[in-house]
Amino acid sequence: MIDTLFSQMPALVVVLPLLAAPLCVLWHRSTPSWLTYLVVTWACLGLAVLLFVQVKVGGPISYAMGGWPPPFGIELRLDALNTLVLLLVTGIAAITSIYARASVAAEIPRERGYLFYAGLLLCLCGLIGITITGDAFNLFVFLEISSLSSYGLIAMGEKRRALLSAFQYLIMGTIGGTFLLIGIGFLYMMTGTLNMADIASRLPAVADTRTVEAGLAFIVVGLSLKLALFPLHVWLPNAYAYAPSSVSVFIAATATKVAVYALIRFLFTVFGAAYAFGTLPLGEVLILLSVAAMLSASLAAIFQTDVKRLLAWSSIAQIGYIVLGFALASASGLAASLVHIVNHGIIKGALFMTAGALFLRLRAISLNDIAGMGRQMPWTSAAFVVAGFSLIGVPATGGFISKWLLLEAVIEDGQYWLAAAILISSLLALIYIGRVLEALYFREAAAHQSPVAEAPWSMRAATWALVILNIALGLYATPLVDAAQRAARSLLGAGT
Amino acid sequence: MSMDALTESFFGLFNYWIVIVLMMIGFYTVISHDNLVKKLIGLNLFQTSVFIFYISMGKIAGSTAPILTSGDAVYANPLPHVLILTAIVVGVSTMALGLALVVRIHEAYGSIEEDDVLAADYERRDEEDETERQRSARAQPPGDARDDTKPSEADNGGQTG
Amino acid sequence: MSGAMSGAWLPWLVALPAIMSLIVAATGRWPNLREGVSVATAVAVFVGVASFAGPVSSGLRPSVTLFEILPGVGMTFTLEPIGLVFALVASGLWSLTTIYAAGYMRGNDEHAQTRFFVCFALAISAAVGIAFAGNLITLFVFYEMLTLSTYPLVTHHGDTESRNGGRVYLGILLTTSIGFFLPAIVVTWLLTGSITFTDGGLMAGAGMGTLGAAAMYALFLYGTGKAALMPFHRWLPAAMVAPTPVSALLHAVAVVKAGVFIVLKLTVYVFGLDFLADTGASKPMMWIAVITILGASLIAMTRDNLKARLAYSTVSQLSYIVLGASMATSLGVLGGTMHIAMHGFAKITLFFCAGAIYTATHRKNVSDLDGLGYAMPITFTAFFLASLSLVGIPPMGGTWSKWYLMAGAADSGQTILILVLAISSLLNIVYLLEIPTRAFFHNPRPDTPRHWQEAPWACVIPLSITAAGCIVWFIYPVPFLALLAPWAP
Repeated sequence: MIDTLFSQMPALVVVLPLLAAPLCVLWHRSTPSWLTYLVVTWACLGLAVLLFVQVKVGGPISYAMGGWPPPFGIELRLDALNTLVLLLVTGIAAITSIYARASVAAEIPRERGYLFYAGLLLCLCGLIGITITGDAFNLFVFLEISSLSSYGLIAMGEKRRALLSAFQYLIMGTIGGTFLLIGIGFLYMMTGTLNMADIASRLPAVADTRTVEAGLAFIVVGLSLKLALFPLHVWLPNAYAYAPSSVSVFIAATATKVAVYALIRFLFTVFGAAYAFGTLPLGEVLILLSVAAMLSASLAAIFQTDVKRLLAWSSIAQIGYIVLGFALASASGLAASLVHIVNHGIIKGALFMTAGALFLRLRAISLNDIAGMGRQMPWTSAAFVVAGFSLIGVPATGGFISKWLLLEAVIEDGQYWLAAAILISSLLALIYIGRVLEALYFREAAAHQSPVAEAPWSMRAATWALVILNIALGLYATPLVDAAQRAARSLLGAGT
Repeated sequence: MSMDALTESFFGLFNYWIVIVLMMIGFYTVISHDNLVKKLIGLNLFQTSVFIFYISMGKIAGSTAPILTSGDAVYANPLPHVLILTAIVVGVSTMALGLALVVRIHEAYGSIEEDDVLAADYERRDEEDETERQRSARAQPPGDARDDTKPSEADNGGQTG
Repeated sequence: MSGAMSGAWLPWLVALPAIMSLIVAATGRWPNLREGVSVATAVAVFVGVASFAGPVSSGLRPSVTLFEILPGVGMTFTLEPIGLVFALVASGLWSLTTIYAAGYMRGNDEHAQTRFFVCFALAISAAVGIAFAGNLITLFVFYEMLTLSTYPLVTHHGDTESRNGGRVYLGILLTTSIGFFLPAIVVTWLLTGSITFTDGGLMAGAGMGTLGAAAMYALFLYGTGKAALMPFHRWLPAAMVAPTPVSALLHAVAVVKAGVFIVLKLTVYVFGLDFLADTGASKPMMWIAVITILGASLIAMTRDNLKARLAYSTVSQLSYIVLGASMATSLGVLGGTMHIAMHGFAKITLFFCAGAIYTATHRKNVSDLDGLGYAMPITFTAFFLASLSLVGIPPMGGTWSKWYLMAGAADSGQTILILVLAISSLLNIVYLLEIPTRAFFHNPRPDTPRHWQEAPWACVIPLSITAAGCIVWFIYPVPFLALLAPWAP
């Protein structure tokens, strides 16, 4: 029985949230829905850990959905890369479940709470599906599932601006998804199959055609829209700023990272690094765009007065780092990228959690509103301090490790100007984090602001869990770096 | 270019030309129109063009619909049809969600023209920015008030150099 | 490293002040107990570090690796002579500074005293961590910890001025460390495959040309913002917004000493004296040090605010040590390391005096100090003695460090440096001895109240002890020479 359960784990980890979503709708009440969410996310996290260990010990797992063998059926394929990303996604979801209770109770009307959790579960299902699928079209379907649910979740924000933000995200996201669909169509046209491994084996024979090149272009553009790579990032600041706090936490920490994973999967596994970066100048293009993202988005963040907007622009800059890593197409660059995917997920999750906690108490989140909160909400502010330092790259935090690996990869490649760009944007990050810290600690609370209490313990606990994890990964990064290096080697070495 | 080649490249690929035309019409509609419903229609056109694209690539010359009948027959590739069914569902869900959002936007703003909605937003945002600026200007660090009674120990000694 | 030994106690010595800072925080309501905890911890650390003096002098290098941060790179602590000297200076002067700070903070009725002493303890922990660092990453971690833990001290007053000063402080230090030091470490790692401090220099076998080595040396030295090399020295005068005990800590005990200690350590264990002497890679930075020595002295002469004058004096004196390092001779390293201690004692005395003067008279400018020598004889005598030490006149300890620096300059063949050191001594006389001269030989200003007298005993006793220390080190430099035997003649 246990054996059967273990062999079905890959399917379970996708199906569990999927089934739990309508269950939440059936409950029709907020508290049972939250409990369902809690149980399911922690179960998924447990499954993700088991899968990670299994893959680490025994090599990649292939699971045929419905028993139909690939390449005819849909295959779920877990290897070193996606088990790592799976851990991140389920981990963030699990921590958010603890955080969400108080946050959702304050921001979402009680009678709509169950719909919120149903939406979160669908989003989680979509993200997990993207992470573990081995079929290109299946990836598109899960991408749309996660996107649609996130449009709905973002629209649940308190201000009416959330509606237009969600609508704009919907338009842009659908165009992106459709571009991805066109790209997959081109690949199918030329290879006759949708299974990623199969496409990879058949592609070299037809790689020289314009169709395949167009397919690559469409896929890259489509996924770049989803991962908010400059200049296709326009939807992100509004979407993150006006969404409910729990949604910001969840989506900022996972959605764009999973889109990055999808791009890495297509570029390295399906097309192969030699083709994508060797034959075509994709590497140069991505490097230029990522540098533009790092510098321009950090600059934009400095001028923001709304903390959530500031963090959103910061995310765009950090995605620039991640894309820079794998655009180098080297093992160390890819490993740096993967380490930063995990670290940034944790850092941004913690930062948005503190923003959400401040919003909970203050009902507003501009720099003037949070003035003086360093004294009144010490735990929350301290969490922001540590996570902010991690973003800058202060040693003993996860962000430092990412920065170190990225610098190593870039200098190894001989691209000193890229190293300068990375360091300059770190210093820009120092400025915008400094602005928030000054507001928290160096200003008096506004005159009309009555004293506020610290955030509820559940929110504090969730935030500090992420912060402590971040410090742990900063002091003892070897497990993460090892996992990332293994994943990088498997992507570059075998090609499948 | 000979007539044959022209015929082949245009009429032979007729479907794909239609796909491109529809795609661009849809895309253009999304970008250029302000009315939110029209944007959604454009999006729908855009997605539909992709459906036609997929179906076109599944057609085999001289084939019939991929429904099993008795006797020998050449069937068109059923896989793209299946993919398109999925994509249609995705399109329908997107449309439903988009229209729901348009209804809510109309309730909140009283208009479904993006210009009007953005104008209302910018007005509000300008007000908020002005308030924020005034509050920033009035803000002062806590220590300033405290040290008024005794001379501050520090001095601007290191100003130049 | 020449002779291994288990350094299992080293992490404890590093962590002890940090752990005890929790106790300091807990005893906030009982000020004497709280200060007692700090002093006791300081004494404990001093004794602990001193217990390693014997083994280290005889050539052993206690070392321990706690855990692995990145694959192949761990948190390693290794004790060697220069680090030992720095750790002894830091922990020794910490106890004195705590007593002084107690008197000062209470005398001026300062707020947030517990936070002050907690940050002090954390800063000392970071300084000891830097002293014991066995590789560049460990060094970097504690370097940043020092910057961050001293930031609340610099911005202690919490007003606009402090906030601006804090911004400059943090801005310059973090910018230089992240912008220069970090890439330098990464390049070293990629070039040599290691970032562990090695006898004879890590880069020695890397086959780097002169230009590359010079660039790396410059990158490292500018990356050490705490060494206050021009033009990245502005943070030091900006940090004057802090209360005087913080200035004492910054200038004498921990922060700048950490900076120049790192310069010495890099010179000896990352680049190697022979490598630098052969390639001449340290020459550019040597000239930067010369410019800083002379430039900062000249600026100091124009400053009327006493603390600002002392700040620029520190900038100048720090570059003595950088000069000693970049000369790439053993005697230069010896002189530089001794100067860590000599300058530490002298500068802390000067700052203690400045704070005592402020506490007793609320006077901040040199031009206002006329005739105060008769009201505060002990203070100004101590000031006088410490000034002599900085100038380098016997019987003060600073003589020895200056002597060895000059000998090192002669060794390296750069005789012009001897001239530079001599000119600098003359400039020191001008801007330092002006104060005791005014205090004792000018008539007091008409508005000087008659009742003025010495600052509280808690301020006066520490400054007397450190002033006396300056004399003691002249008479008895043996501990230094014994510890620093590898570089002694």
